[in-house]
Amino acid sequence: MAIQPDIDSVVVNGVHDMGGMHGFGPIVIETDEPVFHAQWEGKVRAIFSGTVGRYYNLDEFRHVIERMEPTAYLEAVYYERWLHAVETLLDEKGVLASGSAPAPQAPPKRPSNFPAPKFKAGDRARARNLHPEGHIRLPRYVRGKSGVVTSVKGPFLLPDANAHGNHDVWEYVYPVRFAARELWGADASARDSVSVDLWESYLEAVR
Amino acid sequence: MSEHEHHEHYPHEHGHHPQAPSDVEARALALESLLIEKGILTSEQVDEIIRTFEQDIGPMLGARVVARAWVDPDFRKRLIEDANAAVGELGLSTTNLARLSVVANEPGVHNMIVCTLCSCYPWMVLGLPPTWYKSPPYRSRAVREPRVVLEEFGVNIPEDVEIRVWDSSSDLRYMVLPERPSGTEAMAEAELAELVTRDSMIGVGLPRVPAARS
Repeated sequence: MAIQPDIDSVVVNGVHDMGGMHGFGPIVIETDEPVFHAQWEGKVRAIFSGTVGRYYNLDEFRHVIERMEPTAYLEAVYYERWLHAVETLLDEKGVLASGSAPAPQAPPKRPSNFPAPKFKAGDRARARNLHPEGHIRLPRYVRGKSGVVTSVKGPFLLPDANAHGNHDVWEYVYPVRFAARELWGADASARDSVSVDLWESYLEAVR
Repeated sequence: MSEHEHHEHYPHEHGHHPQAPSDVEARALALESLLIEKGILTSEQVDEIIRTFEQDIGPMLGARVVARAWVDPDFRKRLIEDANAAVGELGLSTTNLARLSVVANEPGVHNMIVCTLCSCYPWMVLGLPPTWYKSPPYRSRAVREPRVVLEEFGVNIPEDVEIRVWDSSSDLRYMVLPERPSGTEAMAEAELAELVTRDSMIGVGLPRVPAARS
């Protein structure tokens, strides 16, 4: 069965964003699981390792998978999604066309002069309620929720830009701790929390 | 849980692998041939990458890191502050775009990791992730009901222990540093590493308890 074509529009609220969903059932644990279940899976993993960062980046790769039609995403085995993404990107980037392949991309260069981070450990912050068209690494289950910044990391490339042709936008990333009750309501544990790494532009200060 | 129950929920991403549709295999082989023909990859490179994942990288690397942290408090401190540099001290490769971030269990705190958006995992120290880690049940439930998930792994965390779930949404790759089991005071570093399981470094398991010594 071939994978269904991508949805025409770019998609952000896709089925890949699974945190908090119901209905997938119990976790099935395979004992003595091999690294690869078939030879072709290892080949797909190797093709990815040999081409990512040269002809496409990880955010572009993720976004192709996110663009898959939701039922096709769920029906595909893991490395089938990867194969779909690698085929699509190598085709889109002209690597598979006849003639010589395009030159590999230069690795991203982190800027040396970078403004100070907007948040510091201990600050309260709210995840913005963003639903842009395109790639984003802001899970639905934290949008609009408030938490506490626990550290400052990066700067890292902004996935939203890096997946869409702009490979030079860097932002600090903050692990933000959300109380389980803030995310899931009064039935959740009063002690537990979920920490999510959020780029600076995903956050607003809570006064 | 029976196979039947599982099929009702989620037929494809099975604990063991379903039969690959033959056209997937054919597509993978065709892509490999084309990339070799165009000089982008060699078959030796493909074989070497597969061999590395199958033989060289795995939870034994993370276990070495954990055992060192158990016997060397200064290393433990460096590991938590800058994990890439610390694991480099053990000769482990950190030539990866992602940065390792180690979160330590301690009395009253239990950590576990997940990637709800895809399958981010500290593979440079744990090897490639198991299928369950990449599957919709774990990705959807670990953040919402971690205690129920842990029970499915046979781990019971008391109510008065705080559970911190880390959703790996950025370039940071989280690994859990489990607590050193009691009764291991006399054990050497290499013996301690034998107690460290993959699942204990994901946070869905605990280290093995040492066998009683005569």
